[in-house]
Amino acid sequence: MTAHLRNLQGNAACALGAIAAGCRFYAGYPITPSSEIAEWMAAELPRVGGIFVQMEDEIASMAAVIGASLGGMKAMTATSGPGFSLKQENLGYAVMAEVPCVIVDVMRGGPSTGMPTRPSQADVMQARWGTHGDHPSLVLAPHSVAEIYSETIRAFGLAERLRTPVVLLYDETLGHLIETIATEPPPPEALLERKWAEGPRREYRPYAAGEDLVPAMARPGDGHRAHTTGLTHDETGFPTQDPERVARLLDRLLGKLEHHRALIEKVDRVETEDAELLIVAIGIAARAAKAAVGALRRQGVKAGLFRPVTLWPFPEEGFRSAVATAKTVLVPEMNAGQLVLEIERLAPAGVTVHRLGRYDGEPIAPEEIVAAARELVR
Amino acid sequence: MNEIALTSADRFDIRDWLRLEMFPHFLCPGCGHGLALRAFLWAVHELGIDRDALAVISGIGCAGRLSAYVDANTFHVTHGRPLAFATGLKLARPDLTVVVITGDGDGLAIGGNHLIHACRRNLDLTCLLLNNEVYGMTGGQVSPTTAAERYTTTTPAGNCEPGFDACKLAEGAGATFVGREATLQVPTLKNLIREAIAHKGFSFVEVISDCTEIFGRKNALGNSPEMVLRQKAGMRPDNWGNKVDRPFRPNPFPTGVFVRKTRPEYLELYEAMTAAARREERD
Repeated sequence: MTAHLRNLQGNAACALGAIAAGCRFYAGYPITPSSEIAEWMAAELPRVGGIFVQMEDEIASMAAVIGASLGGMKAMTATSGPGFSLKQENLGYAVMAEVPCVIVDVMRGGPSTGMPTRPSQADVMQARWGTHGDHPSLVLAPHSVAEIYSETIRAFGLAERLRTPVVLLYDETLGHLIETIATEPPPPEALLERKWAEGPRREYRPYAAGEDLVPAMARPGDGHRAHTTGLTHDETGFPTQDPERVARLLDRLLGKLEHHRALIEKVDRVETEDAELLIVAIGIAARAAKAAVGALRRQGVKAGLFRPVTLWPFPEEGFRSAVATAKTVLVPEMNAGQLVLEIERLAPAGVTVHRLGRYDGEPIAPEEIVAAARELVR
Repeated sequence: MNEIALTSADRFDIRDWLRLEMFPHFLCPGCGHGLALRAFLWAVHELGIDRDALAVISGIGCAGRLSAYVDANTFHVTHGRPLAFATGLKLARPDLTVVVITGDGDGLAIGGNHLIHACRRNLDLTCLLLNNEVYGMTGGQVSPTTAAERYTTTTPAGNCEPGFDACKLAEGAGATFVGREATLQVPTLKNLIREAIAHKGFSFVEVISDCTEIFGRKNALGNSPEMVLRQKAGMRPDNWGNKVDRPFRPNPFPTGVFVRKTRPEYLELYEAMTAAARREERD
């Protein structure tokens, strides 16, 4: 297959990545700075036999995506902070009922309506803890237009394979950044797909999982006639409040992503082998950090970058090995300090953790990171 | 025992459509929801719908729990959202018959916006709204259809708001089929639901149910038969406008089919209007 070089903004790359991954259903509600994803999907989906629908609100969009996925289609929605807040209710349903779907959050300044057209990274913790109850979260954080395309494809694979909602998290800058990328749809055999229930109905238990902790899904019309609920359920799919069964379900739900860490985790490292100063960043802040690492190295500072492409579950082992030679960690992020909390939690004894934050609607510049780093190593 | 002799393939036996392993059910004695479920399953049976191709989606509340008892593809979703879930499912799977069971709180309060737009969109769904005038599952709070002056746990001095006419809302929002019946007359209700499911486009049926234990008790409306007789007194549509008769019918409500019209169905329209784009792909 030939690669098509195209100039695309991040939001367009997200839409095309979704279609390349086999997404055939999009439900959404307009919200800056994510609306271009909906516009591209409205134009592109009919060309591949898919369905686009603009729903009455953010909540309905998330519900329709789950409904379509329950029907067997790969489905996606996109939003920004205020809409992401509204989607949390049904996102929790997708976690509980184990319905594959992809939710894109193009982050803008907050809280509340905030700054619709300005970038931010302040949904790092909403993406982790936004819905109520104990739950696992799978969140991917690309840092370029090319990576938005490839991580959208990966998001669908993980959602389908692990029967879980996957959040794609990037900021307004990346959403509207135009870069030249190769849009090369992966061959169908390279895509991770959903496990469908097979065999006789009598033996089928909708939430019975094997060693991989992922139950096979019943497709309506195939004769399994399953019951799907957001209530705590046992392997039959019907509600239960029996403590042992409740604990078994939550153990499996929480353990599912842990069990598949090797499949889920993805990190990027720049010159971490001998780094005494480790920078940890995601998204557009990581782009600035990459430039800062180059500048610091030229100035004789042993700097390195650790970038969790999979943000949640946080790639703990990857971070531990990257931080092994470091004395100091710097976390530049466009918020009041969110990612830094996880780094403080994981940093080894004797390593000091500092943050460089800004939440004024401007991206962090490489020079700011260089200046902050030079203060720390002085 | 002549039970077996009476059974034939096309005779409706509700037990054929229920997940009997789910029994005993959770409904209170005297609750009208069981009759509504019976009318629905009877209609499905008469229409000859394959249970493997039937999807029942319900929200939260007493009505929301009904889907679990139906031997079909069933989905018990979040509060107020069953119509939005159903929209996604039906768009992805037009081969399925998709029926939503909701209640007055689920469908008119928290889910009111979804109902309005489902009526307007005219996707081929059927919505059964079981109206028992109260939030029963949460202990008897006032609902959008609770009549004025009624007592509930959150209107201890009486309800200051008027009740909501769901059928007028559905009609105003553009539903192409709107009707109302009570659980008093199950065969009539069955016929209405049957026509609603067969209707191409969005169909809305309000089922007047009764909540004896929580609403009736609080308002001294009597036991279940007495509450059903109250339905009977209120639902004589032919006499509804009769001023002489009015004092004897304190809470009248019209029944029957209010809207029956044809408008292009959403998915058919979507496919027709995007046909040019669909052709592009083949070129």
